[in-house]
Amino acid sequence: MLDFQVKEQTTIYDVVIVGSGAGGGMAAHELTKAGAKVCVLEAGQPYDPADPKNITQLKWPWESPRRGANTTRPFGDFDAAYGGWEIDGEPYTTARGTQFDWFRSRMVGGRTNHWGRISLRFGPDDFRRKSIDGLGDDWPIGYDDVKPYYDRLDRLVGIFGTVEGLRNEPDGLFLPPPKPRLHELMLQKNNKKLNIPTIPSRLSILTKPINNERGQCFYCSQCSRACQAYADFSSSSVLIKPALKTGNLTLITYAMAREVLTDPATGLATGVSYVNTLDRQEYTVKGKIVILAASAGETARLLLNSKSARFPQGLANSSGVVGRYINDSTGASRSAIIPALFDRKRYNEDGVGGMHVYTPWWLDNKKLDFPRGYHIEYWGGMGMPAYGFGWGIEGINGRFPTRSGIQKAAGGYGASLKDDYRRFYGAYVGMAGRGEPVPLESNYCEIDPKVVDKWGIPVLRFNYKWSDYEIKQAKHMQDTFEQIIHELGAVPLGPKPTAEDNYGLAAPGRIIHEVGTARMGNDPKKSVLNKQCQAHDVKNLFVADAAPFVSQGDKNATWTIMALSMRTSEYIINEVKKKNL
Amino acid sequence: MKRRDYLKNIGLTSLGMAVVGADAEAAALLDKPKAKTKPKGTGELKIPGGRTKEEAIRDVKLMAEKFFSEHEMKTITVLVDIIIPADEKSGSASQAGVPAFIEFMAKDRPDEFQTPLRGGLKWIDIQSIKRFNKQFVEITPKQRIEIVEDIAYPEQAKPQFSQGVAFFSLMRNLTASGFFTSEMGINDLGYVGNRPNQWEGVPEEVLKQYGL
Ligand SMILES: Cc1cc2nc3c(=O)[nH]c(=O)nc-3n(C[C@H](O)[C@H](O)[C@H](O)COP(=O)(O)OP(=O)(O)OC[C@H]3O[C@@H](n4cnc5c(N)ncnc54)[C@H](O)[C@@H]3O)c2cc1C
Ligand code: SF4
Repeated sequence: MLDFQVKEQTTIYDVVIVGSGAGGGMAAHELTKAGAKVCVLEAGQPYDPADPKNITQLKWPWESPRRGANTTRPFGDFDAAYGGWEIDGEPYTTARGTQFDWFRSRMVGGRTNHWGRISLRFGPDDFRRKSIDGLGDDWPIGYDDVKPYYDRLDRLVGIFGTVEGLRNEPDGLFLPPPKPRLHELMLQKNNKKLNIPTIPSRLSILTKPINNERGQCFYCSQCSRACQAYADFSSSSVLIKPALKTGNLTLITYAMAREVLTDPATGLATGVSYVNTLDRQEYTVKGKIVILAASAGETARLLLNSKSARFPQGLANSSGVVGRYINDSTGASRSAIIPALFDRKRYNEDGVGGMHVYTPWWLDNKKLDFPRGYHIEYWGGMGMPAYGFGWGIEGINGRFPTRSGIQKAAGGYGASLKDDYRRFYGAYVGMAGRGEPVPLESNYCEIDPKVVDKWGIPVLRFNYKWSDYEIKQAKHMQDTFEQIIHELGAVPLGPKPTAEDNYGLAAPGRIIHEVGTARMGNDPKKSVLNKQCQAHDVKNLFVADAAPFVSQGDKNATWTIMALSMRTSEYIINEVKKKNL
Repeated sequence: MKRRDYLKNIGLTSLGMAVVGADAEAAALLDKPKAKTKPKGTGELKIPGGRTKEEAIRDVKLMAEKFFSEHEMKTITVLVDIIIPADEKSGSASQAGVPAFIEFMAKDRPDEFQTPLRGGLKWIDIQSIKRFNKQFVEITPKQRIEIVEDIAYPEQAKPQFSQGVAFFSLMRNLTASGFFTSEMGINDLGYVGNRPNQWEGVPEEVLKQYGL
């Protein structure tokens, strides 16, 4: 006898949302506050950073037998990501000759539990790149359409920064920023001579309390471990938790969405089918509206897997554009050592979990041989030692005379070596460019015709190659890094990346800003969603993650994911009121 | 008050940490040694806070295994103390538990470490036997240094010692990583963070020192 039965819920929710990360969390928050009955399906486990079973914050390296090494967690034992580049039983593939690495987190809040909190608004130019350089496409909306939501977001979530009045780096409603660390002050001072602006960073961390639910940052520098005082933004603590408090949210964890269900007669979405990853049983949940927010890659996968007689190419894919134009930020980096900081005085320099200053894009592409810009992120300072500390000293200690002026041979052992580690501690700096690629139709993800995951769900296959644009941009980054390092009086470490290694350009996906797999547009033949992130083909289906992005600026995507999710939620509320939905 | 409860309070009352900085440190010290593990699930397995069940199972399994022989562990102990000896500021690598850390890493990352370490240890014993007719741990400290001198300086070492150089560099890196991530090493280094505080910027005298 077959023991197979799909368990159907009788409740019909106003809205079913897939995914509880940045996009799904925001939609759940906005819609439940407006009184809608919402069900969120989340593939991962529950997560609260203040639950002792999750806490890694304030732990010491020796509390991990591998001293925090990344053997089992990609960013180390203390990182708050439950997931990673590879997930057991949930593969993805890449087409021959192409590359893509995909980072997924399986937990309430998704990747916002351990993200970098770099929270940048897109500027006016970032929505209209085609008009500026003729490449790619313009968005169907502009900065003015999104600005009110960025403003609301700043107030709701909290972000620090400074008002700078830079045209394409719009200011927000900022809490006070932390003062720069020592190497950051040096960078500010020396970059000025190169006309490279270096301004306070913009991170969603509470340097001042903003409500009674969340504490204030106590400067442990560990936001990637998730904050037990809830002083940094994560969707789990800042959006899902208050949404649950409204009583309007049903959060179903361990619920891996399989397909969006549609009514063959009307073509409207009726709900979502999912497999419970604990009992391995099949379920469905019904809703009047469905919002996909499972992350750009996973949303494309869900749409492409939701095939029916009426939607043979997958749902909302009459254009064939679903999966196309996937793009990730460019990334390249370099590190150096600052001899002026040898034997520096010790003090607690932890600061917030991330850089206190950064360099926004500052040049004019008309004078450059590549389109689109990049910003620069910095690191350095007297951080907590972890696995890898002191590694490779044999490449460094032969290059600098000791305190008493003796030139030693590289490497060595004994008391004098022990002293070298102390001497070099806190003297390292690093910098990384994060740039805007040109989205290409020829870069795409699709359903692998042969491979399924352990739930029997067909998996994604990525086809992604960098073009010359991105490689030239990476070259420019490397040249800039050398200038910065030189002006700083620092010594670069390792050889300068060259053409052979694409100037250190990270593999696609590595910067974890994948966007654009269900892009919005006014033309249903060339886009999946309209400017409200509503599917052209299915009016009660919406997307609230980074899939709708037409391009990504050099701004990390998350602040815009959330602003758009807020905007889409408001549109849904209004349309329901007007009885259009 | 437990550190965790303490932090809960911060969360609920949004206290500025500047007011209570000293308490915070005291609180942080209070519950440091204990409460690392709590019983859960079936049998003996204890899942330490901050670990998933799969990770905890893997760690317990690795800890129960033994990779290096007693002789190898002895050799490792001698070597790490040559690399990081005790001085006026802190103890030696072995006093900070580095040999156990290296044993763990060999099991944690078998492909990366097992052969280079096991083979390197053997390489050094063979050198020792060739030169002094005894294994490395049995020769005098002076004789050991004679071998170490030949493999400790990658840019100067003679080509016939290149494998020894690679092994010694790996040992140096593991020893430094293990030592400076131990409590002893972190105190030695003077890292004073990982505790609640109010960041007020770089201290005045440091700014002055660097003309900033
Ligand atoms: C280490 C790191 C640092 C980062 N730093 C920054 C930064 O500084 N600034 C920035 O802007 N961005 C940063 N990012 C990127 C940022 O985390 C993402 O842009 C953001 O989290 C995306 O939000 P999302 O809602 O689209 O997806 P996610 O946050 O990934 O959430 C998607 C959720 O959907 C769930 N899900 C997936 N598939 C299914 C399914 N089939 N059924 C049910 N649920 C499903 C997942 O489990 C997950 O919880 C960083 C990412 C990482 C990993
Ligand atoms: S740096 Fe601040 S916000 Fe980040 S985890 Fe530490 S206390 Fe929390």
